[in-house]
Amino acid sequence: MKICTVLKQVPDAEASIRTSGSGVDLAGVTFVMDGMDEYGVEEAIRLREAGHTAEIFTLALGPRRFEEAIRTSLAIGCDRAIHIETDEALDVITQARVLADAVKKEGADLVFVGGKEADWDSSALGPALAEALGWTHLDWTTKFVLTGTTIEATHDTDAGNETVKLSLPAVITTQQGLNEPRYPTLPNIMKAKRKELRKATLADYAAHAPLTKIASEAIQVKARLNKILSGEGPETAKQLITLLRDEAKVI
Amino acid sequence: MILLVSELNAGKLRPSAREIVTAARALSAIGDEIHALLLGPGAAAAATEMAGYVSHVHFCEDAGYEPFKADVWTAAVAKTAADLGAKAVILSASRSGLSYAPRVAIRLGAGLLEDVIEVESDGATVGAKRFTYLSRVTESIRSLGLPVVISVKVNILSPADPAAGAGQVATIALPIDEAANRVEVLSQAKASTGGVSLDEASIVVTGGRGMGGSEGFTKLIEPLAGCVGAAVGATRAVVDAGWRPYSDQVGQTGKSVAPNVYIAIGVSGAVQHLSGMNRSKTIVAINKDKDAPIFKVADYGVVGDLNDVVPELIKLLKL
Ligand SMILES: Cc1cc2nc3c(=O)[nH]c(=O)nc-3n(C[C@H](O)[C@H](O)[C@H](O)COP(=O)(O)OP(=O)(O)OC[C@H]3O[C@@H](n4cnc5c(N)ncnc54)[C@H](O)[C@@H]3O)c2cc1C
Ligand SMILES: Nc1ncnc2c1ncn2[C@@H]1O[C@H](COP(=O)(O)O)[C@@H](O)[C@H]1O
Repeated sequence: MKICTVLKQVPDAEASIRTSGSGVDLAGVTFVMDGMDEYGVEEAIRLREAGHTAEIFTLALGPRRFEEAIRTSLAIGCDRAIHIETDEALDVITQARVLADAVKKEGADLVFVGGKEADWDSSALGPALAEALGWTHLDWTTKFVLTGTTIEATHDTDAGNETVKLSLPAVITTQQGLNEPRYPTLPNIMKAKRKELRKATLADYAAHAPLTKIASEAIQVKARLNKILSGEGPETAKQLITLLRDEAKVI
Repeated sequence: MILLVSELNAGKLRPSAREIVTAARALSAIGDEIHALLLGPGAAAAATEMAGYVSHVHFCEDAGYEPFKADVWTAAVAKTAADLGAKAVILSASRSGLSYAPRVAIRLGAGLLEDVIEVESDGATVGAKRFTYLSRVTESIRSLGLPVVISVKVNILSPADPAAGAGQVATIALPIDEAANRVEVLSQAKASTGGVSLDEASIVVTGGRGMGGSEGFTKLIEPLAGCVGAAVGATRAVVDAGWRPYSDQVGQTGKSVAPNVYIAIGVSGAVQHLSGMNRSKTIVAINKDKDAPIFKVADYGVVGDLNDVVPELIKLLKL
């Protein structure tokens, strides 16, 4: 079996986001592997530990800096990686098409994709990739059991959650609750330096014209009243109710 | 023409059905003809209601559209959009909507405008606004052509008023594509939000790790939510601890909500949590730590022990 883990490198959640001109300025920001992608890497490695003979490869599409997150995945246990290097901010549908072409070329039975990207706030990559491959997908997965080629999994829905059965090949999008991702150990970080990290370019895959483009980005933080009360519980509760009823008129 | 896919909940139109009509009307530059598609049990009755808002309604009562399956819905929606020659397909950015919209986009060779809060069109392209970077940035995006698939963030656009005349209603034959029916649903568990859906609630009361356990929710959060007709939310720390189901979680990996009032109790205000609620109109926080980051985004806050403050709130609201 071959498992592919797709990953992205994104600003650290704690990093403050600035804009300059009409776009987000990422200069000086600390980047990390997207937290959502860590669950996919972890799940792939657990499958191997559970006895599934699997080659696990990392696939990433993005600028040079992604290398760091890719190396982290290798240090955690992925066997090799393909980095399609580009500075182009391709839209997610076009990315999915390029990645689908790469998955077809490498061959895979199972692909893990993070459930929601921490930079673009997008949850489209997994479903779009599955469609481009002609596969089924399951999103927001919190429990995943593979027996042979049959998957039994639990995922979140609008109304609650459901347990489903499906077969490989499939794209699984991951989220917290699925597992507790491990951190790379120092010896494994050293070992990962010798693992294969193959570089590719968009020209190595079928060409797809972009479908949308970012026009501008702006930070619009809503101004808050910041009326903070302190004192005895009963008294502050009374003041709070008065503020919500008479000032904000919301209850 | 524009194709809307209206969602049903237990056979009834979801409030988001009227929000996506608002989005469709904002795109009049690409056509005034708005068609709505309704799938699953209850579609016929809901179609009559939908006809008050759009020019054409197509419905298919096939029970195979319930429960939602992304593959099955993709096949039906993409086929209808292609047959009708839709220039824009608009649906709600619920979990299901977010799940199949990208597939429809791939199938139609269309661009995707995901989870948008605003749309406009010049007739040849569609522009939209959406949140990025854990909801801290507002991005303006444009399609480079048509068609486009648009998922509209829930609870942001104002619900449309009925149109002047009633639209035509007709059944549409969309037999379930069995080859696409690749996921078998074994069991379903409903969220325990006590009737009020987190996505559509106008007030949300969220408890964090400070609640101390699941009894903090039954004794304090649920009664408080009951007093004001609110939905109950939770932080990741809470769902990780098993005090509430994952479906109650608000944040980057949970639901994204923007109610009129968001009341956060015993919640520290981590960025991943803020990302799911920082667009709420009024934010209220109760926390014993005056330096908790949640106070930075709060309109009203109480620094104090929730075990003292919340029972008092419940008492006063019940008066
Ligand atoms: C990839 C990723 C995704 C994530 N996604 C989400 C997400 O979707 N949603 C989410 O919520 N988190 C998410 N998190 C986790 C997030 O970083 C925080 O860990 C989490 O939000 C903390 O929850 P909390 O505020 O309940 O707990 P804590 O941070 O422990 O805060 C508890 C608060 O309660 C207060 N308190 C305690 N006792 C009392 C009392 N008696 N009276 C009053 N106040 C009291 C404390 O002062 C404290 O501020 C994610 C993390 C990662 C890495
Ligand atoms: N990089 C990470 N990836 C996934 N989960 C994390 C990460 N960092 C912290 N967590 C989880 O987030 C929660 C809060 O973490 P902390 O803020 O470190 O107490 C805990 O459940 C951690 O296990």
